[in-house]
Amino acid sequence: MDALGDPTRRAIFERLANGARAVGELAAELPVTRPAVSQHLRVLKEAGLVTDHQVGTRRYYQLDPAGVGAVRAYFDRFWEHALAAFADAVHATGDE
Amino acid sequence: MSRESSIVVRRSVTVTASPQRAFDVFTSAIDTWWPRSHHIGEREQFTAVVEPRVGGRWFERGDDGSECAWGHVRVWDPPARVVLTWEIGADWKANPEVVSEVEVRFVAEGDGRTRVDLEHRGIEVYGEQAEQMRETFEGPGAWQGLLDLFAERAAAG
Repeated sequence: MDALGDPTRRAIFERLANGARAVGELAAELPVTRPAVSQHLRVLKEAGLVTDHQVGTRRYYQLDPAGVGAVRAYFDRFWEHALAAFADAVHATGDE
Repeated sequence: MSRESSIVVRRSVTVTASPQRAFDVFTSAIDTWWPRSHHIGEREQFTAVVEPRVGGRWFERGDDGSECAWGHVRVWDPPARVVLTWEIGADWKANPEVVSEVEVRFVAEGDGRTRVDLEHRGIEVYGEQAEQMRETFEGPGAWQGLLDLFAERAAAG
């Protein structure tokens, strides 16, 4: 199973990287039907890339918190830290 | 690398220096600032190196002379831009199939300042890596195992 081999699934995956979304929200943004979105989400869920939860009548999907969202968050924190260290190095030794 | 579906991190910092100096510190002098906790080699004492050319390696050299590659230079365009690949899997081992890209731009802002814009893109490759591992090892253990390793190293850093 190549969960990210389909361009629509990749598009759904990318949107979820920015936060949890309801199925209807995703369907409204994509040029595919709502049942098609649900099917893609099932594939992503089976691949362990997304999880879902119910809020009232709506089902929300998000990147598996133990998954690639965590990797992204890690790199975000890492680069913030690394760039601060870089700036300190520029200022510590600069003579310009 | 598909831009439409890329998972991206963007961070920026402004320094009081020329773009050339900022570029040099980022690349030639990377060892003066690279966080010591972030490396993949066995040796805790290491030197971080960026070879100053397209195709050059980005790597650590341990105090025993051993070298572990982190990636390569894709674009070398001083003082404006450098693009490096990050070829390290979520298990913190070098993996030429897990490639994300780090683009750094050095933009003069006047008053002797330079804004350094960093974009790390292609992070979705980690999702693909985990998926491949799930196919190799059955069950949820592979993904969780990979991420546990990653989380452990991330917490240590």
